[in-house]
Amino acid sequence: MKIKGKVWKFGHGITTDHIAPGRFFYLRSNLPEFAKHCFEDVRPDFISKVKPGDFVVGGENFGFGSSREHAPIMIKLCGIGAVLAKSYARIFFRNAINSGLPALILDTDQINDGDELEIDLGTGTLKNITTGREMTAPPLPPVMQAIIHEGGLVEHIKKHGRLKLD
Amino acid sequence: MGKTLAEKILSHHAGHDVKSGEFAMVKVDFTYAHDGTAPLTVQQMEAMGIQKLNNPSQCAVFLDHAAPSPRLEHSNDHQSLRNFCRRTGAILFDIGEGVSHNIVSEKFARPGDLILGADSHTCTLGALAAFSTGMGSTDIAAAMAFGHTWMRVPESFGVFLRGAFPSGVYSKDLILHFIGEIGADGATYKALEFIGPALENLSVAARATISNMAIECGAKAGLFPSDALTRLFLREHGREHDYRELEPDADARYERKFQFDLSRLEPTVACPHFVDQVKPISQVERVNVAQVLIGTCTNGRLEDLHIAARFLKGRRVSPETRLIVTLSSKKVYLEALADGTLQTFLEAGGVLIGPGCGPCVGVHQGILADGEVCVGTQNRNFEGRMGNPKSFIYLSSPATAAATAIAGRLTDPREFL
Repeated sequence: MKIKGKVWKFGHGITTDHIAPGRFFYLRSNLPEFAKHCFEDVRPDFISKVKPGDFVVGGENFGFGSSREHAPIMIKLCGIGAVLAKSYARIFFRNAINSGLPALILDTDQINDGDELEIDLGTGTLKNITTGREMTAPPLPPVMQAIIHEGGLVEHIKKHGRLKLD
Repeated sequence: MGKTLAEKILSHHAGHDVKSGEFAMVKVDFTYAHDGTAPLTVQQMEAMGIQKLNNPSQCAVFLDHAAPSPRLEHSNDHQSLRNFCRRTGAILFDIGEGVSHNIVSEKFARPGDLILGADSHTCTLGALAAFSTGMGSTDIAAAMAFGHTWMRVPESFGVFLRGAFPSGVYSKDLILHFIGEIGADGATYKALEFIGPALENLSVAARATISNMAIECGAKAGLFPSDALTRLFLREHGREHDYRELEPDADARYERKFQFDLSRLEPTVACPHFVDQVKPISQVERVNVAQVLIGTCTNGRLEDLHIAARFLKGRRVSPETRLIVTLSSKKVYLEALADGTLQTFLEAGGVLIGPGCGPCVGVHQGILADGEVCVGTQNRNFEGRMGNPKSFIYLSSPATAAATAIAGRLTDPREFL
């Protein structure tokens, strides 16, 4: 599947507290409301201007800190098509895949805020329409490929009735 | 080639030999979530169509993040979690019982166990030679439902410790120093394994502070071998029968090796706004401090409170500074009450709050004002972590925190020794 959108570039050091601020955690059982505070302290204009299919682009260790899965779910609820980063914190990465939010590992130094990207989620190929540059993300481990392909861990379990490693 | 601690524990739970880099389905001994993450676990379990837990006696829900509830939204979540436990048989630890990781260490974790929690600081149980790691709410829902999970077997870093801490220096200073050296993502996807002769002088409480912060350099687990001190801890908690000897093989393969001589360490702090912004206290400006937080899952055990109380005994907290004390569990609360430690905190001018996570996660009970500085013994100092993105957090040992509370500004505890 190919998706196209604009880049929201974030630097290094983006924690799950930046994505899902703890002071709004009382909204955790009302995720569409909680999602209105996504990235509020880093990019106050994000929530009002983000469009479906846009990309969140981070640097190193994206999503470190708290295990709150609300963070990738909120990014997805904002309509983001995929997250791109040079590297991810372990728990965020697994949570993103479980939530059905594609998370690609790419050299994001080559991507600028506002760039227009086209990404083929099947092959992990990225075309930067603004700069003309092309890149390919390394494939996920098979178990994560299966989970993201099925739309997340809930869908995976509904389909197989269990966790399926093979 | 021998096995690391991580490979040993995960092989046992996979039912066959596994090596680092391999993927395996592993049996889980204990799974838990708290009021921050469990509401989503319950919701996801319902979406999966799961009615029953694989083994409810190995599943627990803790109400510790907003306890007692400061808002109706939290109250409603608490109510639905209590109902979930009634319905499924999962063990409920209601408000006032304490922080999940501390209760699991007191009551459940055994050497060699595999433990999952919907909280990044689940790695705390590595202090008892259990492989414990944090996951998201949906993974925890699946683990509660099926009693197993999938895992990539991590490579391990060997951290060799020798020597003894000088006066005024503690295990918190060591782990902050280590994180400063390796960076916030220096051990991402890896297991840390702490070994060496210095362990003879590191109690389980001191180890738990180190294991608790393994996630702050990205590690999946922070493991100690089990030994006489592990056995002593289990005996003190009425379950010596849970003891099992477990250590890495002498020829285990470590991807990286580190060595620290504890006698060369200084009191150390992490400066705002990242845990790896670490400096020896001698190199940090003596900023004025509005609030000091002593306790939390990182440093809220009896040993930590005794360290802080030694400084506060017979002294007063600065009139410019508020001291908040939050203990890790009800057991610790009762012990500190019985031995007079709580009286010391109160007489020094401290405020005691119930055991829980409130101030550390910015939910309630100690939210900072604009521009204020907090020195705390917790594990994170991210921007906005304590509820206000315009405030500043330094992380320290209980000794540094106590000395700072007395002086009203960031202070080297050795000045009071």
